Amino acid sequence: MDRRNFIRTGSLALLGSLAAPSFASPFGATGEKTAVAEAMNHFGVSEADLQKVLAAALEKGGDYADLFFEHTFSNYVGLRDGAVNRCNSNIDYGMGVRVLSGDQTGYAYVEEVTLPEMLKAARTAARIASGNKKVNPVALTEKPVKTNFYTVSTPWEGLLLKEKMPYLQRLNDKIFAADKRVQKVTASLTDDTSHILFCNSEGVTYYDYRPMVTMSAFCIMEENGKIENNYASRAYRKGSEFLTNDVVDVIAREAVDNTAKLFKAVKPKGGEMPVVMAAGGSGILLHEAIGHAFEADFNRKNISIFSDQLNKKICNENISVIDDGTIAFNRGSVNIDDEGNYGQKTYIVKNGVLNSYLHDRISAKHYGVSPTGNGRRQSFKNVPIPRMRVTYMESGNTTEEDIISSVKNGIYVNQFTNGQVQIGAGDFTFFVKSGYLIENGKLTQPVKDINIIGNGPKALAGITMVGNNLELDNGTWTCGKDGQGCPVTQGMPSALVSKLTVGGES
Amino acid sequence: MISTENKKLAQWAMDYALKNGCQAAKVRLYSGSNTSFELRDTKMDRLQQASENGLSLYLYVDGRYGTYSTNRLNKKELEPFIKNGIDATRFLAKDEAQTLPDAARYYKGGKPDLKLIDPKLASINPDAKVAMAKTVADEAMGKDPRIISVESSYGDGDSFVYQIHSNGFEGEKQNSWYSLSSSVAMKGDGEARPSSYWYESALFLNDLIKEGIGKKALERTLQKIGQKKIKSGKYTMVVDPMNSSRLVYPMISALYGSQIQQKNSFLLDKIGQKVGNDKFTLKDEPHLAGAFGARYFDNEGVATQPRTIFDKGVLKTYFVDTYIANKTNMEPTVGDPSILIFETGGKGLQGLIADVDNGILVTGFNGGNSNSSTGDFSYGIEGFLIENGKLTMPVNEMNVTGNSLTLWSSLVAAGNDPRLNSSWRIPSLVFEGVDFSGL
Repeated sequence: MDRRNFIRTGSLALLGSLAAPSFASPFGATGEKTAVAEAMNHFGVSEADLQKVLAAALEKGGDYADLFFEHTFSNYVGLRDGAVNRCNSNIDYGMGVRVLSGDQTGYAYVEEVTLPEMLKAARTAARIASGNKKVNPVALTEKPVKTNFYTVSTPWEGLLLKEKMPYLQRLNDKIFAADKRVQKVTASLTDDTSHILFCNSEGVTYYDYRPMVTMSAFCIMEENGKIENNYASRAYRKGSEFLTNDVVDVIAREAVDNTAKLFKAVKPKGGEMPVVMAAGGSGILLHEAIGHAFEADFNRKNISIFSDQLNKKICNENISVIDDGTIAFNRGSVNIDDEGNYGQKTYIVKNGVLNSYLHDRISAKHYGVSPTGNGRRQSFKNVPIPRMRVTYMESGNTTEEDIISSVKNGIYVNQFTNGQVQIGAGDFTFFVKSGYLIENGKLTQPVKDINIIGNGPKALAGITMVGNNLELDNGTWTCGKDGQGCPVTQGMPSALVSKLTVGGES
Repeated sequence: MISTENKKLAQWAMDYALKNGCQAAKVRLYSGSNTSFELRDTKMDRLQQASENGLSLYLYVDGRYGTYSTNRLNKKELEPFIKNGIDATRFLAKDEAQTLPDAARYYKGGKPDLKLIDPKLASINPDAKVAMAKTVADEAMGKDPRIISVESSYGDGDSFVYQIHSNGFEGEKQNSWYSLSSSVAMKGDGEARPSSYWYESALFLNDLIKEGIGKKALERTLQKIGQKKIKSGKYTMVVDPMNSSRLVYPMISALYGSQIQQKNSFLLDKIGQKVGNDKFTLKDEPHLAGAFGARYFDNEGVATQPRTIFDKGVLKTYFVDTYIANKTNMEPTVGDPSILIFETGGKGLQGLIADVDNGILVTGFNGGNSNSSTGDFSYGIEGFLIENGKLTMPVNEMNVTGNSLTLWSSLVAAGNDPRLNSSWRIPSLVFEGVDFSGL
């Protein structure tokens, strides 16, 4: 069997009994052929095919076209009621054709990657323009992955299901052993491996190998007839070297602690109050309050509340916020985005000034700036749009203790489940799974299950203290926009927001 | 359409699984297509077209169970896919509760066509689709100097499922859909750019409302200008029919057999008990012809039937599938509801508002969540202050917080105005004494 056929069918082959790790690595690893050449072979296309499809895409007069090939295989294995008793594997395979005409987009995709099907898709997407143009084929030049932020030691393809199972069993057993109140545990391990081949009408082509792993545990506890649930998870762009007893033990401990503390928690009295954001997951504030509103598609359309704020001071000059695609093994990192631009570290707020929006190709052209590497898509079925990667605030110089002690009456929040924002109005929210009341500068009563709402520009301007303890949250965060899910993470040092509206009793 | 060739492939895949070690198997084939045209300020912004296929296999091997899916529909690749799926499943722990449903419970066919697929779909000219989206945009474009952006879109699609089980089930489902939508953004106070939207959808093009969409989106945006946060306190909450499903959602999620079996439901052990007041009656009506969500069988092939879920506040049923029924002492019902019909009252939204002295009309939720074990919820909201039966001010940046059990006991009225283009037909709802947090 040649390599192409092996990989096409092989993702599942490896699931069961066969394992041939020499075939299961990223393309280009052997150095015999370039990664792109191997990927073209894998998808069964030649450079001439790609040129023909690109030409068809532009035959109505479009300015630009790109082709995005993807082969993703995903495996899930789950534990429930004490046993690892469920699994799922999925293959997604296909390619999408995008045509741009000015800032207009035509898009079509196919699952049968044959020349006639690709040409049909190209001609559908081409209709975004309305003219006639003879397009000369452009020579494709490989853009190599400059720095690999997610080098894999042992690919998931090489691991048998039975080798994954003991980790879930250990996760279950550790959680039950940690607390007598535990009633139920569900746990899961998912791994995804994507082979991405890209080329565009400017002659750029690249190949990227994208691993992802998520391990999570959901825990139900009962105390005196009262039931509470909570969870913990870790997600990285890593191969199966992710699987260690240490990571299992950390997730187990966290799932138990997160659930146990809810029994003592109450709903606070609602209303406006100072909010201390704990280090880590509090980066959700940045993601919702400013991150989305900085995505340049909203700004070029003038519908973001920050549309007129570029290069203006929007918060305290000690604050800098970054959207970063270059953190090793991070869930939100990108070697190269889905439009062929390298992942990079982008200061969106620098010393209190709105420094940069997050761009895709269309918006970068609109603003006449270099792309920031934020053009991402959920899969070959979607158009790339500006998306966040890893969004965090740089550390300041205050201790968390000093921040808390500065608050007379307020709330301290440290675990979140979800958030949302209205781009134009600026109202954003995040749901607090757990936190504490602050009374006279001290953490007192635990609180839980409350929503917090604020307005993006006001909240940012209201950050008056920033801690010296930046932490990234490596939980399983997925950002939704225009019906596309995208893996991201976020981080934050502890910080004081002078006023937000906290849900609660009246 | 699912082609005859693909149906044969599904049959082949099932036979192949049975020959290679499965004692039972289920195969589900999916096929769908969709088209969309999005306009910005009446000009084409994005066109998208797609069609896709997928095959899912549910394999029962030596008391173990695994599922596998792929969009690579050819025998040469499916053979190793299935064989290796069987091998992988054998590694799992046994789970004897995983079985196909009792064949006696399957839908056996013979009922009238549910009228869910529009034969016209394939023959609509793309220019006509764009023209419909343009008409939507024209209703708002240029109608107010503060308008920043008018987005409108037309979408359509179809979806087909073919399913076979090794103990004798064969079923097919199909539906088409059309939608028209509009979103309008305006310059508001300061840097704010409030926006709102409206949409219509239908299974048949002839039933799609094509007028008034852009106009409504514009009106809804205009009404938002000048939103303010108001004082925290207890208010009567009125929720419009675009948003009332959000409050029903935790009550339905709490009824899934898996949640009950996992002890993760605030409605655990509550069958036969009053969990809401007399105004709260909700039924599952799966067989409404021409309605979103209509079906004769659930995802397991089990025949659906009309069922009362909450009757004057009393909980009547859980959604118990074969696995959960095998695992517990609960009788199987149906895996999930099809069309939820909330018993309506006599008034529309305006009439309900007129009866409220001091309240908040919720016209949008913004984030928030609900605790599945306890029923506690907290959501961001926007809407209008109601004073003496009238909307007096747009409000925003507030939270509504409570517990689902308390909330449904404080339901005082339901409207007569559910949106019929949703499989959840929930009207405007009025609840008393709800905690809002603001200033």
